[in-house]
Amino acid sequence: MSEPVLSIRGLTIALPKGADRAYAVEDVSYDVERGEIMCVVGESGSGKSMAANALMGLLPKGVRPTAGEVIFDGQDLLTLTEKQHRKLRGLHIGMIFQEPMTALNPLMRVGAQIAEVFEAHGKYNGKERQAHALALLEEVGIPQPDKAIRAYPFQLSGGQRQRVMIAMALALEPKLLIADEPTTALDVTTQAQILELIRDLQKRRGMSVMFITHDFGVVAEVANRVCVMRYGQIVELGSAEEVLENPQHEYTRALIEAIPSNIIPEARGGERPAPLLEVKGLNKVFRSKGGLFKAAREVRALDDVSFSLAPGETVGIVGESGSGKSTLGRCVVRLERPDSGTLSLAGTDFTTLTGEELRRQRWRVQMIFQDPYASLNPRTRVGYAIAQGPMANGVTREQAMKQAGELLDLVGLGAVAVDRFPHEFSGGQRQRIGIARALALNPELIVADEAVSALDVSIQAQILELLEDLKQKLSLSLLFITHDLRVAAQICDYIIVMQHGRIVEQGTAEAVFLSPQEAYTRELLEAIPGRDHELESA
Amino acid sequence: MLYARLILMRLLKAVVVLFMIVIFNFFLIQMAPGDPAAILAGEAGATDQEFLRQLRERFGLDQPLYVQLWRYVSGIAMLDFGYSYRQQMPVLDLILARLPATLLLTGTAFVLSLALGILAGSMAAARVKKPSGSIIMALALIFYATPLFWVALMAVVLFSVYLDWLPAYGMYTVGAGLDGFALVLDVAKHLVLPATTLALFFMAIYTRMTRASMLEASQQDYVKTARAKGLSPRVIQRRHILRNALLPIITLAGLQAGQMVGGAILTETVFAWPGIGRLMYEALMQRDYNLLLGIFFFSAALVIVFNIITDLVYRLADPRIKEGS
Repeated sequence: MSEPVLSIRGLTIALPKGADRAYAVEDVSYDVERGEIMCVVGESGSGKSMAANALMGLLPKGVRPTAGEVIFDGQDLLTLTEKQHRKLRGLHIGMIFQEPMTALNPLMRVGAQIAEVFEAHGKYNGKERQAHALALLEEVGIPQPDKAIRAYPFQLSGGQRQRVMIAMALALEPKLLIADEPTTALDVTTQAQILELIRDLQKRRGMSVMFITHDFGVVAEVANRVCVMRYGQIVELGSAEEVLENPQHEYTRALIEAIPSNIIPEARGGERPAPLLEVKGLNKVFRSKGGLFKAAREVRALDDVSFSLAPGETVGIVGESGSGKSTLGRCVVRLERPDSGTLSLAGTDFTTLTGEELRRQRWRVQMIFQDPYASLNPRTRVGYAIAQGPMANGVTREQAMKQAGELLDLVGLGAVAVDRFPHEFSGGQRQRIGIARALALNPELIVADEAVSALDVSIQAQILELLEDLKQKLSLSLLFITHDLRVAAQICDYIIVMQHGRIVEQGTAEAVFLSPQEAYTRELLEAIPGRDHELESA
Repeated sequence: MLYARLILMRLLKAVVVLFMIVIFNFFLIQMAPGDPAAILAGEAGATDQEFLRQLRERFGLDQPLYVQLWRYVSGIAMLDFGYSYRQQMPVLDLILARLPATLLLTGTAFVLSLALGILAGSMAAARVKKPSGSIIMALALIFYATPLFWVALMAVVLFSVYLDWLPAYGMYTVGAGLDGFALVLDVAKHLVLPATTLALFFMAIYTRMTRASMLEASQQDYVKTARAKGLSPRVIQRRHILRNALLPIITLAGLQAGQMVGGAILTETVFAWPGIGRLMYEALMQRDYNLLLGIFFFSAALVIVFNIITDLVYRLADPRIKEGS
């Protein structure tokens, strides 16, 4: 093979004093060869994006490389001045980021933002820039590129925005594209499309890609070679086949195993007993208020949704963003009031309850939220946060606090955690607190809304294990809302697939995954990254 | 088209709000102890009941309340704000005579504070953690914390009395009989001190706000995108950071602009500037209710007008608003 496009040798990057470790990455060496996709894999805090930021000259303040070199085009990028770096960025190395929602300037038209790349490097005049921007938008497959070029970012979907980002990064035909978690924030079908686009463009233009991700499924889809990182060090480096089929390091194995290697769920249960939760013909429409001259806009979030959940059962609600799955969850806990339909819990009609009566019944359905950082009051001690629910329902403070300790013990944090504040815990630990909080009221039903989506895969696996364990111990009934079919396959007995507010398909997990009846379900299943690979190896 | 509709909508709403203000004003004067006739009579030293009755009849105060209300409201609808008996002039003429002076003063101060504030704020944001940036912020803090009248007095002492560069009071040199360019220059000279004094406080606020807002914007993902494109720091600062940081400033500027009629009482008094602020002060001292209410109405109307303008500017600045509303 010819000389690599990028060669990282013994790179060490120091973190500012007071960080949780001295080096973001330590003595890291790897190459990116011409025309290959190199995947750098790791969980949050592994330092996987650090090398990329260093070579772009985009390291955060206070973080600087202390040793090693990064050779690109015959020069060491670490020795460049800011001005030299600037010439390189966009021209020879393009970069795309994780959050397409925030990565574009909200106040500038898409076309102008692409044209800026040409402007930054003094290419073409005003009119030519627009023409090139249009050609780029066409190349990345945006529908109606002539309209998209005049659109503001908020008028585009997440996938379209990521396409704009890609168009921008590729504008000057760089030799190297750095993609930092480019599909993490996208829906599964959109993710599949973006991955295909990146693979396609990479082949067509023969460029090299450094692809940073936490998801081994994505790795299986795109990687030629893989570099696995943990705590700022490389634990494994090799070709995609080698690493995926025959991982040498136990951490790599753990990461690969953390993703359900087999998305076919085991057959569970048999006959479904009498339902605990029964939902019939639920409807919910969100209306934006119209004005004197303006028609009101309607969004059908729930459209005639009916299903049931038996005691001790876990029902998964699966769908992409905008499918209405979260609205359904919010209706079940009655944070939202459905327009019509009934929702009965063990015979009590929850739809008609209001005011004091509703408040007295609320303990029966509890919720675990998606974001473990935002869902705990940062100024409330953890024990008190858990005890608040029971206290509001008449339990004495003393007893509620004692129970909080027991619950924290149950979720694996130890009773001593009661006196600590949320910021002292990691994301996974906070989600355990969230689970303890939901359990505190001894509810009949728990609604978990994307409860593991914000967590790293290995932490995700632990939380799912905890839920599984608690289900056995406490015979919990769980309504599990997720966008991630792999997670749903792991924990759910029964699956409901939603799209545009309607139930597309429902059935036992086994039936839905093994013999999906509807085209949309098949589409979702096919979009799961790394699926082909896993089926091959299975 | 969208804008024309929007402006029409807003104007309709504004008329409703103004109508409510007029009614509120009317009842405000009803609640004041004694009616205007009694006050006038009292000031004239007359206690004669017959004289009072005549006065009441002349002003229509002997009519039932709803008739009075109707007369008052329909009067205002035809821009008749009544008569100031103290000044022996229609209220409208009094206000219109003073309005240009006030608008000149507050308008200049507004533009000055906004321009210099944003400039100083962006300079401070670009020089964060550097001595020059800290100096800007320290100055802003001093101007923010110092009482307006004290700055005004000190400015007079320094620039007028001590240095004799600028006139200390008034709007033009009395009796000079200037015209054309000489008059403009004369007014401009008189304007410097009061306008600067008035501008300092808001300039300090804009400086602090621009800096904070820009520092926040510079942390956003799109700034990293802009850097990854290879754009120069100057372009990033102006096109990506400042533009986004200006949105909250527009809101604040709209609030300040609404204060333009009533907000300069202190400055006008210190510098003897012949504006609405002083007119209001005099009206208050002399219990000239008609005049006071007229000024209230004009201030309220100006607040509403600037609210509408702010809304439109915000829409121009932020494309997301259009679809959201």
